[in-house]
Amino acid sequence: MKILFPFFAVIVLVLLAMIGVGGANLQSLFGVVVPYAAVLIFIIGIIYRVIKWAKSPVPFSIVTTCGQQKTLPWIKQNKLENPSTTLHVIGRMALEVLFFRSLFRNIKGELKDSSRFIYGSDKWLWLAGIAFHYSFLIVLLRHIRLFAEPTPSFLHLLETFDGFLQIGIPRLFMTGIILLAAVTFLFLRRVYIPQVRYISLQADYFPLFLIIGIATTGILMRYFLKTDVVAVKELTMGLVSFNPVIPKGIGVIFYIHLFLVSTLFAYFPFSKLVHMGGVFLSPTRNLTGNSREYRRINPWNYPVKVHTYEEYEEEFREKMKMAEIPVEKE
Amino acid sequence: MAKFTAKPADLLKINFKTPKTDWMDTPVEIREHMYCHPAKAKDLETVGFPNIHEWKPTDENWNLPENWKEIVLSGIKERLQKYRSFHVFMDICVRCGACADKCHFYLGTGDPKNMPVLRAELLRSVYRKYFTTGGKIFGKTAGARELTEDVLKELWYYYYQCTECRRCSVFCPYGIDQAEITMMGRELTNLLGLQLGWIAGPVANCYMKGNHLGLEPHTIKSNIEFMLDDIETITGIRINPTFNRKGAEILFVTPSGDLFGVPGVYTAMGYLMLFHELGLDYTWSTYASEGGNFGFFTSNEMAKRLNYKIYAEAKRLGVKWILGGECGHMWRVLHQYMDTWNGPADFLEVPKSPITGTVFENAKSLKMIHVIEFAADLIKHGKLKLDPSRNDHLRVTFHDSCNVARGMGMFEEPRYVIKNVCNHFYEMPENTIREKTFCCGSGTGLNASENMELRMRGGLPRANAVKYVRDHYGVNMLANICAIDRATLQASMDYWVPGTAVAGIHELLANALVMKGEKERTTDLRGEPLPQKSTEKEGAE
Ligand code: SF4
Ligand code: SF4
Repeated sequence: MKILFPFFAVIVLVLLAMIGVGGANLQSLFGVVVPYAAVLIFIIGIIYRVIKWAKSPVPFSIVTTCGQQKTLPWIKQNKLENPSTTLHVIGRMALEVLFFRSLFRNIKGELKDSSRFIYGSDKWLWLAGIAFHYSFLIVLLRHIRLFAEPTPSFLHLLETFDGFLQIGIPRLFMTGIILLAAVTFLFLRRVYIPQVRYISLQADYFPLFLIIGIATTGILMRYFLKTDVVAVKELTMGLVSFNPVIPKGIGVIFYIHLFLVSTLFAYFPFSKLVHMGGVFLSPTRNLTGNSREYRRINPWNYPVKVHTYEEYEEEFREKMKMAEIPVEKE
Repeated sequence: MAKFTAKPADLLKINFKTPKTDWMDTPVEIREHMYCHPAKAKDLETVGFPNIHEWKPTDENWNLPENWKEIVLSGIKERLQKYRSFHVFMDICVRCGACADKCHFYLGTGDPKNMPVLRAELLRSVYRKYFTTGGKIFGKTAGARELTEDVLKELWYYYYQCTECRRCSVFCPYGIDQAEITMMGRELTNLLGLQLGWIAGPVANCYMKGNHLGLEPHTIKSNIEFMLDDIETITGIRINPTFNRKGAEILFVTPSGDLFGVPGVYTAMGYLMLFHELGLDYTWSTYASEGGNFGFFTSNEMAKRLNYKIYAEAKRLGVKWILGGECGHMWRVLHQYMDTWNGPADFLEVPKSPITGTVFENAKSLKMIHVIEFAADLIKHGKLKLDPSRNDHLRVTFHDSCNVARGMGMFEEPRYVIKNVCNHFYEMPENTIREKTFCCGSGTGLNASENMELRMRGGLPRANAVKYVRDHYGVNMLANICAIDRATLQASMDYWVPGTAVAGIHELLANALVMKGEKERTTDLRGEPLPQKSTEKEGAE
């Protein structure tokens, strides 16, 4: 159920676009209204989420220290795992965001011969995560070509790089394949590892199916069911210049692709996908670990009821005197 | 409650298979030996905790206050607004499972609800239901569920099966820290009066008497005098520490666990001997007689109330700075919270070692340093005369205490000290030490006796790594810098790795410390004979 429901949800989305465009000729709905709405939801949603998080203060310095602290001068500090300056923090965050540092550390704990635990390195998830995110990024960047005239020069470089295998015409871009492979791996991992299957929610499968759908339609469109790229560019340029047009001759497959992408955009801010923004706000990673050196201020700090020394001595004065412990009042 | 009799072999039959039913449809089964007894009403009254009532974990009816649901929900709301960590961690988990097999409680029980991600989901599902649009509309399909009494019981049960050790947060790609979530979950149970006896007792003691064990001023003094007698027997030196002395240069604060019971007292004897040898101008306080903070396991506010006395006492006595003993959660609290809660300590001076002249710039605001930093600095400057061969009967490994490791990042200092006072030091396997260290399994107030199965299961991964070095290198001593470790690891060693003893580092240091005017020592601090010194070099034909 947990897998089937999200799967069918994506199928329904495909059918919606198919019927909507192929049957009912709602090109302008699927080609203009929906994309605009999705982008709007995406932008407003993300801003809303980030503002909401940012509104909650970080009262304490709760950094997770994964390396030696700054201490005596002859002890080497691990600046990236236990940062004490903003620069160190930037370094730590860069490692985290660009290279998934924490995930790279992953190990697998297993009970062998039901008596001893062994912990082996386990980098598959890291590898799939990196492959997925970077290929997604490059694929996304490649699409800039559809929104810019003339095509920015860095894109040529990127495309040469991406398509260096030079297979077929049009050129085969590796990232598309890697993206599909990585996302499929992530899906299979979720299904095959019992623990991961157990913790998975529908909300974990849905974006996977959605992205599989997007990648598949994209690849289909590029290599198999050819669409009129000139017409597509006309449409996308119209969208970015706020002068929407619906050119003729664009195949249904394009609208399906676009609709799935729009869904992803609109779904983004309300789902776990917001980890993209949240990772930057995670207090265990983005703080310095020098809380003994610099005082952190808690904005909602308030006075609390305490048991004072005077009250303490009041209770124990006689016993303290007997034990020859100094007291304030005789 | 029947006595806990399960043998290690029974506990090792861990079933890592996931249940057939979805976790939301798998009801919680509150099992004997896996939980601690409820708090006594009088302890909760002492500190004014709300909704005190009679209840038993295994009872159907927990006698919750009528508006318990509102209390919990408004409690969640308040905390979302106060802690970004909590808010962000409720939203950004992708359930990748990287944290799943990192938790010692999961590894030791095989219970999927002990995977950090699922432990978090227990509360997240409630959060989604009441605080997110998706959860409100789509309910279960969006991973949301109604807050019912069963859900509350489940939260209670599993949030007291987490020692807030933060190991999971090391591996999470977003640094999601289950300890932060557990702390919030425990605050919520606290609002309903669902507190543990083993936590509430020490809290009440600490509030009224200054320390968790409830030692009264004269008892503190007489306990220490017992140690002084033993020190005199062993070294021939009579030490005369002071108590509550105004005008001392340094206030020394350590967990009260060091003042009571074996092996904590040996660590305390170590401090006494070191400070005497240095001629340190310091004093103990009977009022600020606790560095540990069990309040931290109930609520942020309570923790702050308990921690208050350290600065207050430093001010009253007019000391220059504060020295702290070997303790785990104490140092997490001191390092990451104390200055924020109870500072600024502008009436104190930046800690400066009177022996070496080292100024501890890294503590220039808190004005408090760790006794291991202090000792490492002494050794580095050659200020101590050490004879490590006196520890030659020990083959030592070091357990990084979770909080000192992941809440402070103190890895090198303790190792430096050990290597200077012991000749035989062996590290446990790499993935079980330093920031990846395993919890003792009994932290955060779970060090009771009625939950022995939980403790032994949770302590298994740590014990297993110790067993490795015992089997490979003949290790027989597990050194650490945490009072809870000293109090709990011995039980876990006896169970899983018999023949391994537990000690604080200052015990080992004091064994090796050659004191001015000492008589020839024949025993170590435990009264066991010192190893024979081999005068001839082996192999000299
Ligand atoms: S590692 Fe982090 S993101 Fe992954 S399941 Fe655990 S808490 Fe969630
Ligand atoms: S903080 Fe420690 S005990 Fe708690 S879930 Fe994480 S690893 Fe387990």
